[in-house]
Amino acid sequence: MADIATGSIATAARRPRRRVIINKRIAPYFFLLPFIVFFVAFLIIPLIYAFDLSVYKSALVGGTRFVWFDNYKRAFTDPNFWDGVLLLFRFGAMQMPVMLILALFFALVLDSGVTYAKSFFRVSFFIPYAVPAVIATLLWGYMYSPSYGPFAQIAAGVGLPKPDFFNPSTILPSIANIAVWEFMGYNMIIYFAALQAIPTDLEEASLMDGASAFIYALRIKLPMIVPTIIVTIIFSIIGTLQLFSEPYLMINLARNVINSHFTPNLYAYTLAFTGQQYNYSAAISFVLGGVVAVVSYVFMLAANRGVDR
Amino acid sequence: MAIVGKSSQSPGFQRNRLLMTAVLVVYFIYTFIPILYVITAASKTNPDLFSTFGLWFSNDFKLWDNLHELFTIQNGIFLQWLWNTFYYAVISAVGAAIFSTLAGYAFAKYEFVGKKFVFALVLGAVMIPQTALVIPIFLLLSKVGLLNTPFAVILPSLVFPPGVFLMRAYIDEAISNEIIDAGRVDGAGEFHIFSSLAFRMLMPGFTTVLILAFVASWNNYFLPLVVLNSTEHFPVTVGLANWYASATAGSGGNLLYTTVMAGALVSILPVIIAFLIMQRFWQGGLQAGGVKA
Repeated sequence: MADIATGSIATAARRPRRRVIINKRIAPYFFLLPFIVFFVAFLIIPLIYAFDLSVYKSALVGGTRFVWFDNYKRAFTDPNFWDGVLLLFRFGAMQMPVMLILALFFALVLDSGVTYAKSFFRVSFFIPYAVPAVIATLLWGYMYSPSYGPFAQIAAGVGLPKPDFFNPSTILPSIANIAVWEFMGYNMIIYFAALQAIPTDLEEASLMDGASAFIYALRIKLPMIVPTIIVTIIFSIIGTLQLFSEPYLMINLARNVINSHFTPNLYAYTLAFTGQQYNYSAAISFVLGGVVAVVSYVFMLAANRGVDR
Repeated sequence: MAIVGKSSQSPGFQRNRLLMTAVLVVYFIYTFIPILYVITAASKTNPDLFSTFGLWFSNDFKLWDNLHELFTIQNGIFLQWLWNTFYYAVISAVGAAIFSTLAGYAFAKYEFVGKKFVFALVLGAVMIPQTALVIPIFLLLSKVGLLNTPFAVILPSLVFPPGVFLMRAYIDEAISNEIIDAGRVDGAGEFHIFSSLAFRMLMPGFTTVLILAFVASWNNYFLPLVVLNSTEHFPVTVGLANWYASATAGSGGNLLYTTVMAGALVSILPVIIAFLIMQRFWQGGLQAGGVKA
């Protein structure tokens, strides 16, 4: 009895501290739980399931059978897939520099204060980000139209031949323009925020005229936001390699140019939903994921080397 | 470096400022041409769309007629699409923001087994191609009978990995460990500290994630395209894209180009207005995310 009494007193005295320690140890799991449950259910399990699909093959004769990495072997030598990847490299090579350099330029201009109506421009340039990619494609698709688009109308008005936005050499710039329109402002806001976070000697800055303020920003501030720039480039690479909605919605406008394997995502979609080739489609998606990872990783290595130098 | 020079009142500064403003005006025009186009196109008759200049109104102002057509065609299905988009986005955004906040708090303020590994998994998740996820989700949902229901769109949207990074970065900055420790010394439990102390301080970050997740869901196209097949469940993006496809393929029957444009106008205006009203929130939050990124 006495033992129990002392024991309980001791526990009571120790309880707050011990409860805190246990709590501190298990609390993070409770905080994580809701996210992790959905993360596992809608990300990890689908991925495992997709991987499982990708090592089988189903045929009308013989049903579904395990084929090891046959689908991957096929993907690695499938010109439809690699043509799409190459096309996206070309697309990214023209779209990303234009978008990111514009974003950086405008962010520097807005940050150095060499303009009127700063907040007006900052907000207006961001507005296209609020327009769904589907609607943006629809709007530009209308404007590119040879029969009622304003560009064709203007060309006809001044006696020039109608511009063709949908032939093999113009389709990529046409899509790139939509992507620049949509995402320039988003990147600009991120750069702008990073620039604003750099503490500056206000007195010094106020003594500068416009041009030197801009050059100051370029020489001193730009190098300080390099990590932010690297992150935006990686996100742009990931976004570029996943291109789907814009070409998918423009199929009717450019029937002879945009085919079912125009981009890898379009190819995977077509394989799955018009060809019912879920197994091969899953393999294609994984190889694309691998391409995304490799390209991002190589870029990061190169960027780190550049920064170290 | 000769950075000390003319003051901001000098003629040199004024000239540079005018020049830069002119450059920004050019980009502003580029940004607003499609918005102007959707407004004028939604205000025309179909023949006028083809016969009058695209970037200005025709003499026959038909916006109200086109809106009437938009909301009555196919038994008013467009209103249903708007409503679907709205409630899918609200539920997804609220859920995603709560889950991201709780998870971000765990990553920012606790040490636990597997922390690095789990965070790396969440980071890696952004590299997964949409098709790699959505196609197996489609097949799995069909096995459990959730295909072609609102759940098929909402449940996967509750996972929003960028929200977790943003909240982790924000909480790192906004809530000091001293405050949490002070709460512990006072004998408050971990959940009490979170709900009464921390939550108020992380509200700005929470609002940003809410807005970003809302926009992500409002803009989503691929997931609903794959997992829904009856028109009454469509969000605006899928519905309008279908109308657009049938109008451009010439098989639309009585579907008019101008109706599609009226639909585009109605579906972007609320979000643009919301963005203008809430700019303080998204700008502040992107700042936190961008700087830490």
